[in-house]
Amino acid sequence: MILVVAEHRDGKLNRASLETIAAAQQAGSGAAPVKVAVLGTSVDAVARELAAAGVAEVVTIDDAALQDYTADGFVLALEALIGAEAPERVFLPHTYQTRDFAPALAARVNRPLVTDCVAVKAGGYVRPMFQGKLQADIAVDGPHMATFQIGAYRADAVTPGASPAPVRRAEIRVDPARIRQKPEPPFKEAKQAVDLSQAERIVSVGRGIKSQEHLQLAQQLAQAMGAEIAASRPICDAGWLPMDRQIGSSGQTVAPKLYVALGISGAIQHLVGMKGARTIVAINKDPEAPIFEIADYGIVGDLFEIVPAMIAELGK
Amino acid sequence: MKIAVCIKQVVTREWQLRVNDQKTWIRDQDASFELNEPDAYALEEALRLKEKHGGEVVVCCAGPARATQVIREALARGADRAIHVESDALAAADANAVADALAGAIRDESVDLVLTGLQSDDQGFGQVGVVLAEKLGMPHATIIMEVQKLDGAAGLRVKRELEGGWFQWVALPAPALLTIQSGINQLRYATLKGIMAAKKKEIRKVAPAVAPAAQRITAMYFPEKGKKTQMLSGTPADAAKQLVARLREEARAL
Repeated sequence: MILVVAEHRDGKLNRASLETIAAAQQAGSGAAPVKVAVLGTSVDAVARELAAAGVAEVVTIDDAALQDYTADGFVLALEALIGAEAPERVFLPHTYQTRDFAPALAARVNRPLVTDCVAVKAGGYVRPMFQGKLQADIAVDGPHMATFQIGAYRADAVTPGASPAPVRRAEIRVDPARIRQKPEPPFKEAKQAVDLSQAERIVSVGRGIKSQEHLQLAQQLAQAMGAEIAASRPICDAGWLPMDRQIGSSGQTVAPKLYVALGISGAIQHLVGMKGARTIVAINKDPEAPIFEIADYGIVGDLFEIVPAMIAELGK
Repeated sequence: MKIAVCIKQVVTREWQLRVNDQKTWIRDQDASFELNEPDAYALEEALRLKEKHGGEVVVCCAGPARATQVIREALARGADRAIHVESDALAAADANAVADALAGAIRDESVDLVLTGLQSDDQGFGQVGVVLAEKLGMPHATIIMEVQKLDGAAGLRVKRELEGGWFQWVALPAPALLTIQSGINQLRYATLKGIMAAKKKEIRKVAPAVAPAAQRITAMYFPEKGKKTQMLSGTPADAAKQLVARLREEARAL
């Protein structure tokens, strides 16, 4: 049996959970039944939504101690559920929340955890390494856990059930005294000054720009194209551009008409923020940079030579 | 505040990756190495906490003999001493084995805080820190953007980054483990004085029994390109000309 741990916030299902159900259905290929677990309080509506998928059962753990997510609470609840259900495999979406508790859970139940998988292969999984520049086939023995990269499977690939799956509330209680993390309510930082999601064109810079002075060159290109300037995380981390110019999982998500990536290698955290762009241009000196996998047009070369040539060409 | 910081040595970002003949790992005998960048932010945060609250920063590294390079670097930036859990088997070990090796080194140090980077630039498991917390019996919090030390024995209050621009403060008792988000601070670099001082600092070597791998790499390869990318070649001027023409006429994006 494959147990999928679904994720939601305040009763709103995270669609990555459906992607993970699709992965489990394909991995089980009909032979291994799929069950889905959902944790929290008042999770009936989410459970019913999940029950539309072609799965054997949806199991809820409904406990006041799980109202606000904590790593300790989730580890305790899922340790009990895994003990009771003894699934061969446990699948989770590779979200920030999963990354917070799943490694501790794996250590607690003494199972290997294969993270950030992009595919299931006979006898194992495929996952990126070296920031996506390489891929590796991973073999893992016995009962284990795996997390799936967002977008690796499609939510609409979930096979629906002929009728809704049964929903069962597990008799699992979590002792609040054993939860060491005391969370405060989530919040957003002061409103973002720049709304890049409205930009028609974006020129985005990454590590390849090398120093802050070179940003001027990217800005000139942006001006010549009528584009907004943006960046990958390391540029904003370094303080070269303000955080509200950052594209990616921890920044803004954009889908402009044109996205020009200058010296951006294309780590998945960046790609999730811009892969919806209609036309993607990548300029990078590394021919193996993952950004070329999603680009429509690519130039392998020195951006300090190519960008001035582009600015000149645009002026013609 | 006694703080342990876990660091890893990884191949430099500039090194052109090559796969070994068995296609199970990179040809790392040809590679150049550096401090894993996410760990540099953890180290910097530890140094800042020490500057503010006093105490000691102990660097812990699980890796082969060559990892001494990044341990010296961390000492030069200001860490007080180091523990090197040394084994060739740790060069490409899985997350559980690395966490096990680090736990053995940190357990008897009675630290108040353990910091790690978010994930490594090589295997990128993103789990060593959290597994380590479990092995040490410590509470943990991940993807941390700010660390506040609370008065007395009250522990810590930390700011977690959530997805989509959300954040959350979480309080937890010490000793605790935190995985630090890159960009939490501005990194310092080693000064000449620091480099000289590092030569006198202690690096304690520990020879661990490395836990057997629970997950193994059976093949390593460059990913296939999913999308049909038009690669434009020629001189920079040629490539730029082709690109602008296609963006205007084919993609109609300009």
